[in-house]
Amino acid sequence: MSSQELLSFRLNGQPVTTPCEPARILLDLLREDLEETGTKRGCDLGTCGCCTVLLDGRPTLSCLSLARLVEGCEVTTIEGVSPPQGLSPVQAAFVAHGATQCGFCTPGFVLTATALLKENPHPSREEIVRAISGNLCRCTGYTKIIEAIDAAARGGP
Amino acid sequence: MASVERPTYRLLGQRIPYVEGPLKVTGRAEYTDDLRRPGMLVARLLRSPWPHARLRSIDTTAARALPGVYAVLTGERYPTPFGVLPITHDETAIAVGKARYTGDILAAVAAQDERTAEAALALVRVDVEELPEYSDPRTGIARVAEPIHARGLNGSNVQKEVVQDFGDVDAAFSQAAQTARVRGTFAGVTHAFTEPMATIAESTPDGRLTVWSATQVPHYLHRSLSEVLGIPMHRIRVIKPEVGGAFGGKSDPLPHEIVCAALAIETGRPVKLLFDREDVFYTNHGRHPTQNDVRIAVDADGRILAYDIEALIDGGAWSSFGTVTTYYNGVLSMGPYRVPNFRYHGRRVYTNRPPSGAMRAHGGTNIRYSVEVALDLLAEQLGRDPFDLRAINALPPNSTTVNEFRITSTSFLKCLAAAREKSGWDAKFRRLPYGRGVGLGCGFYISGSNSPIHFTPKMPQSTVHLKVDMDGGIAVHSMQADIGQGSNTLLAAIVAEVLGVDLERVHVQRVDSDVSPIDIGSYSSRVTFMMGNAARSAALDLRGQLIAAAAELLGRPAESIETTHERFQVRGAPEVGVSFAAALEKAMERVGALTATGAYSTTPKGGTFKGARAGTAPAYSFAAYVAQVDVDVETGEYHVEKIWAAFDCGRALNRLAVEGQIEGSIHMGLGQVMGESMNYRGARLFNPSFLEYKIPTADQMPEVEILLVAEDDPEGPFGAKEAGEGPLIATLPAVGNALYDAIGVRFTELPITPDRVLRGIDRRRREGRPWKGA
Repeated sequence: MSSQELLSFRLNGQPVTTPCEPARILLDLLREDLEETGTKRGCDLGTCGCCTVLLDGRPTLSCLSLARLVEGCEVTTIEGVSPPQGLSPVQAAFVAHGATQCGFCTPGFVLTATALLKENPHPSREEIVRAISGNLCRCTGYTKIIEAIDAAARGGP
Repeated sequence: MASVERPTYRLLGQRIPYVEGPLKVTGRAEYTDDLRRPGMLVARLLRSPWPHARLRSIDTTAARALPGVYAVLTGERYPTPFGVLPITHDETAIAVGKARYTGDILAAVAAQDERTAEAALALVRVDVEELPEYSDPRTGIARVAEPIHARGLNGSNVQKEVVQDFGDVDAAFSQAAQTARVRGTFAGVTHAFTEPMATIAESTPDGRLTVWSATQVPHYLHRSLSEVLGIPMHRIRVIKPEVGGAFGGKSDPLPHEIVCAALAIETGRPVKLLFDREDVFYTNHGRHPTQNDVRIAVDADGRILAYDIEALIDGGAWSSFGTVTTYYNGVLSMGPYRVPNFRYHGRRVYTNRPPSGAMRAHGGTNIRYSVEVALDLLAEQLGRDPFDLRAINALPPNSTTVNEFRITSTSFLKCLAAAREKSGWDAKFRRLPYGRGVGLGCGFYISGSNSPIHFTPKMPQSTVHLKVDMDGGIAVHSMQADIGQGSNTLLAAIVAEVLGVDLERVHVQRVDSDVSPIDIGSYSSRVTFMMGNAARSAALDLRGQLIAAAAELLGRPAESIETTHERFQVRGAPEVGVSFAAALEKAMERVGALTATGAYSTTPKGGTFKGARAGTAPAYSFAAYVAQVDVDVETGEYHVEKIWAAFDCGRALNRLAVEGQIEGSIHMGLGQVMGESMNYRGARLFNPSFLEYKIPTADQMPEVEILLVAEDDPEGPFGAKEAGEGPLIATLPAVGNALYDAIGVRFTELPITPDRVLRGIDRRRREGRPWKGA
């Protein structure tokens, strides 16, 4: 299409250049065009947090973001969180504490928690709760998610 | 304290992290929408904007002519009715003749991309005659001008009527020392799982159809696809990828799944149909809007003499599980108590609202709220503590209820004792300052259903196959559906426990009807009990083969061999033994790969009267919860500070998962009691999004203290019962009764929103009933 222009940004540490229409939504670009399907589509309305990615390190709802706004930025999706082998400390804690059930909200929670711990390595329980209050989980009652983030902050799984 | 020694297990009873956890935390778990097929088309649905309308004509000519459109379907192409219950097939894949709710599917398009599909939908011309709209079940009881379905009773919109009468209820009420009556009103609520429904279908030139779908009951989907599409089951392959939550909302075979498959057949190309969040809300199948009327009679000591119950249930446009719902609203009201006389009149009425169906703790939740509030009232009238009143009415173990439910294990009294002690009840009840309070609510639920939905042909409710080959890995096949509750993990753990091997040897295979033996899926809280027993049986079979090989290697009789960690050895002579690997190698000499199978069937139990099977289960769960609330009496806002959750699931086989089920159930129960509501104007749903239908966020969750005090169940696998649904039920009345303790107001309309709290306080004051000095 003629309205497509090239968009350049860094995705999980690697440079990406891809055609992108002006109205393309970041979530669609990630899932449909770049096949980064770890980012989940829960509502398309910014209400559930399943599509959370990190934009220059800050949790951002990709379903409400125009893809063109990430020009020149660093985007981190769940695919960019773990080392090539193994899990990040937050991920390991989520596994150990049973913080996943259905797992559909999990990528969003892991990214939100990762950003929180980078900014505030020793959050209080209240700070954890506040940080994740924009992410919905219908399975866990959040209890084990909060436990997992707290454990990761304390340096153990 | 003297007690029978309980066996302990190597894995079971521990905290076992979910086997697919590493895939889920890395975004590598594959959900249906993450899959794609070469040349895949996109499907879109045209939904009815009318709640009730006769379809005069649907003109798809222009839509078909649009470049990039591969197929446009309307209802006449596949008109065979279907539905989850064989006795109430009243759905079609696409509406035929009438639209019955706002959201009913009128046409479906498969196109090269989303935009083309949307453009095609806009070109479909629908000519209708609008019909009277029915949104109040009360007006649907009598004959109506235009019944929603021809099968409504006597020209009405009544889908199902249940009348049950055991003992002599009238005589019991005439002898009662006290009676209480609660008339409850419950808004509809919905599952609100995070993964929208999604289906991919592909019809291939070898005459086979493959369907990937976000379903919790792959077997019923398999059957329905076969029935509606007219293709034998063996030419259809159903695959269940990861499912992002379901809670009952993905348990019916749903029309869109059949539509997607039909489009794949029509086009010869793979087709994906993905729901948006509005689609999910309109598809609903959540908990029914309900009105109930509960009367309970007790003697002077507080012993229950009788229940007299009515329920009026708003079914929405389809039957779904509604016949079961109608029974459950009566029969699940009694346990955990002994009720010698029981009368129930339940009606489920079609309306032109999105269909209601099965949602976590199906049929046992709304009625439980009214019963537990009535018991709280009776305790107050008798001047007895609510715990004492429950305790003297507890169903004894190994007893039979008035409607012939067989009760085996119950640790209800232990649950009561634990909740009372840990919550500090005696120091708090009626003693906390105005605005703060504690309340007790109890629960009872089936651990599976004795009667599968399809009982012909007669078959086990769960089957598990095992295969172990020279790699020493154990492949496990079963059609049980892990929807996040941890059933794959439990399946692996049971197999590993019995065989004495490390968990990492066991690989639970994705559900695939080509290779998975039948298990009837994840609903009715049946999986742990039934799949667990089938898995245990399969693993025992395999262990027997390995022990025979070990016996041969050791030159000892098989009876003398015991299983320890990754090793088979002679009982009493642990130095004489062989490794798992050596025994496996020996066993394979004769048969190549080892295979084993295990199955579980319930024996029909219960009475012979009409409807006797409803609610009969091989075991039941029990619960006693205390909630503590803090009410802001100026704004009506309140916070649930803590819940003490004593739950009888028999032995907790995976403590991590049991806790997760209880915590998640409490979240969902709190949502319903505190604020969730499907809001309708007439038949039209007004809040089909998470912006307006709010589920609790992390900052609204109370502290939860879980008290697992139960004894083993005699028939459950390793002593286990269900923990998936029962833990929701007690949450609601515990909060309702705690609010009464806090502010002296009885709430009988759910959800209990802040404005209702304020109105309740105002009403109490106007009536001149001071509470705790306020």
